This record gives sequence, structure tokens and C-alpha cells, in this order.
Amino acid sequence: MKKSASLRGFSAYRVWTLLPSIEISYLPDVLMFGAGIALFYGVLVVGRTWLGPFTPQVEISRSPLALVAYAGYSLLRITIAYVLSLAFTLVYGYVAAYNPRAERFMIPLLDVLQSIPVLSFLPGVMLAMVALFPGRQLGVEAGAILLIFTGQVWNMAFSFYASLKSIPNEMREAAKIYRFSWWQRFLEIELPFSVIGLVWNSMMSVAGGWFFLMACEMFVLGSRDFRLPGLGSYLQTAAGEGDTRSILWGVATMIAVIVLLDQFVWRPVIAWAEKFKVEQVESSDAPRSWVLNLIRHSRSLAQIRKKTVRPLGERLMLYFSRMHPSEQAEPRSAWKVWLTRSLAVAVLGGISYGVVRVVMILAGLQKAELQEAAIGLGATFLRVNLTLLLGALWTIPAGVAIGFNPRLARIAQPLAQIAASVPATALFPVVLLLLIRVGGGLGIGSIVLLLLGTQWYILFNVIAGAMAIPTDLKECCSVFRLRGIERWRKLILPGIFPYLVTGMVTASGGAWNASIVAEYFHFKGHIYTTTGLGATISQATDAGNFDLLLAATMMMAATVVTINRLVWRKLYALAETRYRLDA
Amino acid sequence: MSEASVQAIIEAVGVEKSYPQADGTRIQVVGLTNLVIEPGKIVALLGPSGCGKSTLLRMLTGLSQPSSGTLLWHGKPLDGQLPNVAIVFQSFALFPWLTVLENVEAPLEAKGVPAVERRKRALRTLDTVGLDGFETAYPKELSGGMKQRVGFARALVVEPEVLFMDEPFSALDVLTAENLRGELLELWLNKKMPASAIFIVTHNIEEAVMLADRVMVLGRNPARIRSDFNIRLKHPRDRKSARFVDLVDYIYKVMTEPEIEHELPDAETTAEIILPTGGLTKEALKKQEAPIRTARYQMLPHARVGGIAGLTELLRDRGGREDLFRLAEELIMDVEDLLPILEACVLLGFALLKEGDVQITPQGVAFAEANIQQRKVLFREAALQHVTILKQIDSVLKRKSDHAIADEFFHDILDEHFAEDEVQRQFETAVNWGRYAEIFDYDREQGRLVLAEPPAASEPAAASEADIPNQTSAPKS
Repeated sequence: MKKSASLRGFSAYRVWTLLPSIEISYLPDVLMFGAGIALFYGVLVVGRTWLGPFTPQVEISRSPLALVAYAGYSLLRITIAYVLSLAFTLVYGYVAAYNPRAERFMIPLLDVLQSIPVLSFLPGVMLAMVALFPGRQLGVEAGAILLIFTGQVWNMAFSFYASLKSIPNEMREAAKIYRFSWWQRFLEIELPFSVIGLVWNSMMSVAGGWFFLMACEMFVLGSRDFRLPGLGSYLQTAAGEGDTRSILWGVATMIAVIVLLDQFVWRPVIAWAEKFKVEQVESSDAPRSWVLNLIRHSRSLAQIRKKTVRPLGERLMLYFSRMHPSEQAEPRSAWKVWLTRSLAVAVLGGISYGVVRVVMILAGLQKAELQEAAIGLGATFLRVNLTLLLGALWTIPAGVAIGFNPRLARIAQPLAQIAASVPATALFPVVLLLLIRVGGGLGIGSIVLLLLGTQWYILFNVIAGAMAIPTDLKECCSVFRLRGIERWRKLILPGIFPYLVTGMVTASGGAWNASIVAEYFHFKGHIYTTTGLGATISQATDAGNFDLLLAATMMMAATVVTINRLVWRKLYALAETRYRLDA
Repeated sequence: MSEASVQAIIEAVGVEKSYPQADGTRIQVVGLTNLVIEPGKIVALLGPSGCGKSTLLRMLTGLSQPSSGTLLWHGKPLDGQLPNVAIVFQSFALFPWLTVLENVEAPLEAKGVPAVERRKRALRTLDTVGLDGFETAYPKELSGGMKQRVGFARALVVEPEVLFMDEPFSALDVLTAENLRGELLELWLNKKMPASAIFIVTHNIEEAVMLADRVMVLGRNPARIRSDFNIRLKHPRDRKSARFVDLVDYIYKVMTEPEIEHELPDAETTAEIILPTGGLTKEALKKQEAPIRTARYQMLPHARVGGIAGLTELLRDRGGREDLFRLAEELIMDVEDLLPILEACVLLGFALLKEGDVQITPQGVAFAEANIQQRKVLFREAALQHVTILKQIDSVLKRKSDHAIADEFFHDILDEHFAEDEVQRQFETAVNWGRYAEIFDYDREQGRLVLAEPPAASEPAAASEADIPNQTSAPKS
């Protein structure tokens, strides 16, 4: 079935290239029809598996043919988690932007949640979900999805909130004076205004989602071994068996999935989002997408839109605008006030209960354990910063070279993008296999693993920064014969500084998070480990020592928040004031 | 009086707007104001920038609530409801992701008008403002003038009783603005405008005299009506005619010297003063205002030193005295841009205002004739003599042992007297002047003011050798 689906796609492609004169609006329709059938089949299969009985140790087949299904499963998890994140984002951002009282604690909360290492949620979330759906595969699946959700939601929520806050005042006033209903305001102002930020943050979030998904498709919790059919588990199994051919197949599939996603989802969406740019003049080189052109030219889709979406939208718009006069200046009823108050009391009560429990747990911990965690903290701190340093050392010259040379950029940038989009966790087992063959331990290995995941953030930001340095400044340096070190000191480093800081902040956060998977690894029945807070967290997860897990997680979150406040925020402020180029 | 209030579409009775501060006091932005908008009239509200014109407009439209006083809509109080009005915005405020047609349809959508009817009405309005053929264009494809036409169409499509306009032409170039203004007036005079009154906020004096049947001039800090009169000139008005010029001259006087009573030119045929509405006479209003008016902190006009120097040089070259209107015309400057520079010259004692003329003082002449270094000395003397905040900064810095202080100290002082944005602007201007006068240095990153070495006084030889400061005295471009 799957084979024939892919064959159909292939032959359609052939027909299309052979007969370029064929009516272009006809082919997309055939494609759409095929996609519809494939979708229906997919829903059927997934439903059967997820609602099926709980099989903690799914046998992971190493056949390349099974890869298509595995990629589909992984993709589905990402998609569901993304939809959840989007829904959460809209609600959270909306409330935070319009309720000043809620805003005061919702935004700092977002900041803290962002710095909690996602992977330490894993055991808690998994156990809760398995308990929630006993005897169903759904529980483990829901756990994985929830985990990806927590990994990708925060920056999206923040972006939406920031966009809502930056809507120009006069635009809001126009909406108010013309009495837009909240629905119309949402559809015609708020959503369009935040689309671009949301799209870019969605791309980042989904990339992060792959990272966590690869890690949590196959993991050990105490004596229980959880496996979900997916790309991550395939790669881990293949590496565990030392099967190079399967590893190559897996990595190739991974790259294919990411390239396809880029072509069929992100590029069309970016090209479409172009019209929401708030700009006074039309830009000359707008992003394009052939998929978007196909969709726009499809006659059947246009017909479907005309028959369903448009009348429905019209109905909704009129419904909301007709009911809306009554919502004006309605006094808050007494029960509503009481409901809010009791809710607030309940939330406060919950928080204080949690805090008390945590303090009790922490007080009950053994000194030796805490000491070990503290040593681990120091080791991971050194490791993370060494990684940042190593990353910066090679990415700054490379990035500047690429950024200053348009011809090099045209070749290097797409390659780097593909390399960066492969989630580091997918490559962990492969890298580990190599390291073991060479004879290195996880001490060095973990740094390689961290570097694998975080160097890209720095590289891309440095490239962007180097490109943003104005030509007249470069020419000025040539006129004054500034070369070598002087040129770096006076022009390049200050020029890329704001971008470098942005890249380092992201890389630092990512490295702390990745340390949980990089410092402790189940592989071929062995456990490879090195000293570090990440290892402590993983170990505690493995042993089911939830008190230590909690303590170590809190230590890590506190460290990340502190570093952000003390170091990165100050550097950020410096970048915003002294090193701004457009001032 | 009762007859007038029945007739009026909107009547503001004793409205006032003030914002509470952290320390419990309130800063008044719009002072006690009475105002009517009657059918069949174009009302223009004139005032310098930042005087609270826009705040007043937003209260009249129901967008913001007055802190006290009532708004009457056809004689009935308007309790937080939005009346049937429309606004044309300075920044156009179009939705860039909607086509021209969709932009104009949006307010009808909000009213629940069905699709077919909506399209018909939107197309008709677009036709009226001369936009047929542009229905499917996006705003970013249009020039500024065309964008504002969309703004007009969007406002007119709802058939508002009062069409409000907030500086509608000030984001456009001179010719485009002139053209659009003419077309607007034509629509109005030919009764093709589906609005029964127009209320326009502007800082352009000629624009007000060109369009309005009634003009109100606002004073600053807080906004209060300084003059309110009808214009009886027939349309089309000739801006070269003596009556037109007299009226423009009169408004200049009111705006530059708000404390003095000026005589309205040719009260019989050109214009007439209106008694304040709401049954209050001018004297009664003044009495009512009295308790609010306390001794105020000096407000710095936001002018650059280069502009001040340029104006003194120009005045000296033109014999020391010049008519304000002529000066503005000569420089092709809006009153909005010219006023702060004028006020700064007056504040520093470089010039005087007399009967709509500006007269240079001996200090002004000396400043105009000085070289770069001497100018700094003269400016420093004038600033330390006349500018309160600079005097305060100087004395505080001299008294402190390390000759340095955090800028928050002065923010706090200003906070007591000005609204939030104004505090920032006041401080920026003070820093700008103080740095030029070498009263202090300002380290922006640290947020610290440090006492500066005073400029070398009366040593021309040393001055010419001293390094040339980047602050030049070229007039503001």
C-alpha cells in the first residue's frame, strides 16, 4: 500500500516533467486526491496501534521498509504536540497580553519554565500518562507528546505575547471605533500581526521537538524499558546492534523527512506569511515556494474553499458581530468575582502545598547525594562552557567567512542548514558507537555530543551578524588599512556582537538541557556515564529516585536562570545599546 | 442655550483628563474643556505638538473616558458607549494584510452587513474617493496619498455622523496633502460626504483656516482652549487674501503668546469670537481654572542647539525683527517645528516675542556672531541663568564630593511634573543642552551625570587650538 502510494507520487512527478504544457491546475488535484486516501489509511493504522494493548517493548524492526512507517509515527507525534503547543500559545499569550494582573506573574513564569530542563520531566510525565491510560499504548504515546509539548511551547507563547503587545495603538483604535467583535479583531488584526513571529518560532520549536522526540522514543525507567515505534528508536536499535547499513538508512530517512517538511510545510508557510509583513513598501525578493503556487493554482481546492471555508467564515463573522453589542461595558456579576477569587485561592493553595512538599523532600535527602549533585553541577558547568568556547572558536571564523563571502554563503548555507536540522539526539548513538570504536570515553564524548547540538545556533547567528555589517564600514576599514587583529577588534567582533550573544544564549540553554542525555547513556546493554548534573538526573530517573531527581532538576533550573540573569541579560543590554548598528 | 445643546451632535461639558502618578498626585493632560460639535460645520482644533489635542479627540470619540465631566450625544449622556463616528488616522492605520476593498469592508463586517450589500457599499465609497481600479491592491502597493484615501473610504463607508480626523495630512508631502485637502473640501461642499459634521485635529494653521467654519486653539500643559471663533470666509478661500493672512497671523499670536489677550481681526466680516458654551463666560471659566493652576516646573522646548543658533543667525541677518508667519513661510517649516526653536530662544533670552513678531536681543546677537568656542560659553551662561533643570544639575554636581550622580535623581524630579513620555523627552533635551554647554558629561550606559570641565572662557587663542566639537551650529535640516 505504502509502496504504491509513493509510486503514484513518483509517476505523477514524471508525467509532470515530461509534459510541461499540460493544464497545470489539473495535476495538483490528482495529488490532493492521493493525499486524501493516504491520510485516511494513516488514521486507520494509527488508531489501531494506539488503542491497542500496552506493549512496553515494541520490537523495532531494522528493515529499511519499516522506516517509512516509523518516520510517519515520529512525524505524527511532532504534529500533535505542535497543535497542542499552538492552542496553548494562543490562550496563554492572549490572557497575558490583555489581563494586566495576570501578566505580572505569567511572563516571569514563562521565563522560569523556559529554563527547566525538559528531559527531567520525562519520568514523571511518563508514569502519570501510563497510569492515566492503563493497558493502552496511548499512555506512552501521550507521555512522549506531552514531553515534546513542554519542549516547544514556551518560546511560541512568548512570541505571540510580544506580537500582541506591539500592535500599533492607532490600529487598535481603528478596530475599536469601528466596533470590531473580538472574533474579527482576532482574525483581522491580532493573528495576522503575530503570524510571522509565530512561524519562525514554530520552526525553531519543531526542530527542538525532534531533539526531544529522538531521546524519548526509547528509554529505560527503573526496570521498565519503554519503546515507541519511531525514527529515534530505530536509530538507537541500529546503533546498538552496530548495524552501519541501518544507521545510514535511518539518518538518510531523517534528512529526507526534514527536507520534505521544509519543502512542503515551512517554505509554503513562510512564503504565505510574507503578506503579513508590516511594511510600507513592497520588498523585491520575497520568499517563494512552488508548493504554495501549486496550492494556489489548484482548482478543486479553490472550489472547496469557495464551498466550505468562505461561507463558514462569513457565518462566524456575522454571528460574532451581531451578538457583540451586549458585551459592551457589562458589569461583572457577583458570582464571577467569587469564582475568580476562589480560583486564585485554590491556585495559591496549590502552589504553597507544592513548595512545602518540595522543601520536605529536599530536607530528607542524604548529604552524600547532594554533595554528588553539587560536584556534578560544577562538572556540567565546566563542560557546558567548554562546549560554548569550542563552538565559538570554530564557528566565529567560519561564520564570518561565510557571511562576508556571498559565493561561499550560497554553497555553505544550505549544507549547514541540513546538518543543523538533524537532531543531535538522533546522532548520539552513532557518535557513541564511533567513540567506543576509537576508544574514547563519555568524558570527551559528552562534549562532542553537546557540541553537536549547540554549535549551529552560534554559527547561524554569526553568519547573520557578519552579513549585517554595513559595506561602508568595511570599506572604511580598508581605507584606514585596518587588517588582521585590528580589523577583528574594531569592526568584526563589535559588529557581530549582538548576534553572537543571541546565539550563545540559545546555545547555552540548549547545552544544559542536552547534558541530561549526553552524560549518561544506555548502549548495547551497558551504561556509559561521566560525572555531571545531567548524569545525576538521568541516574536518578533510572533508579526511580524521584527526590534526587527533583533536587537535581531544581539545581539545574536555578543555575540556568541565574546565568541568564547575571550574564546573558547584561550582555544583551550591552548589545542593545552600545553595539546596535541602526542607532 | 438649551436650543444649542439640542442641536449639537456632541457636547463636552467640563471634560478633563488626568493620569494618576505613583506618588498619588495626578498630572493633568487636558484641562477643563467645554466644546460642541454641531451639524453642518467643520471644526478645527489647533495646537502645538504634545499639547493634548489627540487626547481630547479620543475623549470626544468615546475611545477614552474623561477623568471628569460628561459627554452628551444628541443631548443624552454617553456612558462608555461608542457613538456613530469614524476616525481618519495620521498613520492611516490600515490593515496591511487586507486588500483595499477588504479594508473598507471591515467596518461593515463589524456591523453585520451581509456580503453582497457590503461589497456594494464599499465599492460605492471607493468610487467617491477616487479609488476605483485599486480594489484588489494591498496598502503597501499604494502611495501615501492613496493610502489616506483608503483611510477616508473606510471612515465614510459607515456613514458616521461626525467624521473625526487626527492630523490626516501631516504624514503626506506638501503637494499630495494640498490635493487631498481640496478634494475633501469639494466632497463636503457638494454635500457628497455622508457625514453631518467634521472635526479635524491639526497643527497646521493654514490648513485650519482653509477648511474650518470654526477654529479652536489649544494651549499647552495642560491643554485648554485659548481661543474659539467662527470663520466666515467664503469657499474657495484665497490664502493670499488679506483676511486670510490676518487670521493666520492672529492664530500665530495666540499660539506663541497664549497668556496675552489678542484681538481677532475684523470681527464683523471675517470671524467672530464665540462665548464658551455650557453657559460659562470667559471670566467664569478663568475663575474655575484658577485653583488648578499652580506654579509649574519649567518645561523645556525640544529644540537642538543647532536650530537655536541657526534661528539667531537668520534673525540677525534679517535686521533683528521678523514676522512669525513670514518666517515660517520663508523656512517652509510647520509651526510644529518652528515653535520649539522659538520658545528655546525666548527661554534662553536670545529673543523676544512681540505682537506676532520675533525680536532678537543683544545676547542673541552676541550668540549669533560668536565662534564655536565662544558660543559654548554664551550658551552656558544663558542656560545656567534661565534653565531650571540645568541649574539644579549644576549645583547638585558641584556639591557632591565625587561630582557625579545617577540620572534617576533627575528623572524623579521631572516625574513629579510631567507625564511618563514627557519626562524622557525633557531629560533628553536637558542632556543635549547640558552636554553642549559643557555643564556635565553623561554616561548613558552607567546612567550617570558627571561634572564637566567648564569651557575655556575668553581665551580665543586657546579656543582655536582646542579640538573642534562634533556639535556644529548648522540649522536643523
